[in-house]
Amino acid sequence: MEHAIQVKNLTKTYKDFTLDHISFDLPRGTIMGLIGENGAGKSTLINAILGISGSEYDQADILGYDISTHGRYAREDVAAIFCDSHFDLEFTPLFLGKMLSKVYKNWDQKTYMDYLEKFDLPFKKRLKKMSTGMRVKVEFAAALSHRPKLLVLDEATSGLDPVFRDELLDILRDFTEDEDHSVFISSHITSDLDKIADYIAYLHEGKLQFVSSYDDLRNNYGIISCGQQFFDALSREDIAAYRKEAYSYRVLINNRQKLRQVFQDIQIENASIEDIMVFYVKGEKVQ
Amino acid sequence: MEIILSSASDRPIYEQITSQIKEMIMKGELKPGEAMPSMRKLAKDLHVSVITTQRAYDDLVKDGFIVTVPAKGTFVSAQNQDFIREENLRRIEKLLSDAASLGRENGLSLEELEKTLELVYTED
Repeated sequence: MEHAIQVKNLTKTYKDFTLDHISFDLPRGTIMGLIGENGAGKSTLINAILGISGSEYDQADILGYDISTHGRYAREDVAAIFCDSHFDLEFTPLFLGKMLSKVYKNWDQKTYMDYLEKFDLPFKKRLKKMSTGMRVKVEFAAALSHRPKLLVLDEATSGLDPVFRDELLDILRDFTEDEDHSVFISSHITSDLDKIADYIAYLHEGKLQFVSSYDDLRNNYGIISCGQQFFDALSREDIAAYRKEAYSYRVLINNRQKLRQVFQDIQIENASIEDIMVFYVKGEKVQ
Repeated sequence: MEIILSSASDRPIYEQITSQIKEMIMKGELKPGEAMPSMRKLAKDLHVSVITTQRAYDDLVKDGFIVTVPAKGTFVSAQNQDFIREENLRRIEKLLSDAASLGRENGLSLEELEKTLELVYTED
């Protein structure tokens, strides 16, 4: 099995929204970040991949198993975390561990207890008495304790403070040090993805705009601030999008190395994922 | 082993990694036969994508600085001084050819370039 997720022409139609022929592969042992505005279809895509909601497709495999016919074989090895807990709020972390140890064959109670301690979670406090952040931490502790091979995170980190998010990024780095482990993560906090993603998939209005390795994004894209004269001199095909501001142009270029050879003295800023996303949506394209 | 990456730099991260490892090998800070960290470990510790370290290692293997032994790991290759000298000559040629093409673009003659080289060579 080369890919943790493999999707070809996945389509899901609602009355007023269509997830349109999505195709991508998540290579085993890597982290893919899914970005897009609110309503772009990220959760729809994740729910379809997890088999939570039905969809039409030519191919949709998760850990090598077809999601609708053989999804249950993959379930033991997949952990999904959403932005709020889906466990019964009357449970305590201790009870939850006891219960999940009966659910998962690979449950590791010691790992679970270690994570509870590491995350400063009270063993005997009911989930309903915990803050959102603490509940998400319980989710992570539970998810990591049944030794999954694929972690699917849907805005799971959005309610967490920067310090814990940073800790979590380290946990994800540790997790993917094993080449059998993969992560599919959607997040509005694109700076987190800048730090850990191997691949970025960009969803816009139900369509996949691009899937690219983070390396390529970083090496190819860049931002130039310039005046009219320089803007006119730029080759049109090097301009991914631009924004006209009061006194200058801000240009997202997609061919940084080539431009660097032509213009050796210009300042080219690195484009973050957020920059690329904002330029794609709000910037103007050249004709 | 020290590797310092700058995310503000214009140079691709994989190039920053390869050039620093090459330098350490050429200076002898990394000895022939010494074990290198695995690609995944290096990616984790440097906080970069495994695709980046893979590309860096691929280039280092291609240029003969490191060797990968299946199921054992990656090691600094056992190479001699000639190899290092050759690599340096290659770099010099590359830098000079950059200078030459820049000179041509700006209409400098060969003599003028030679004079500049003479000047900087004796300066240090």
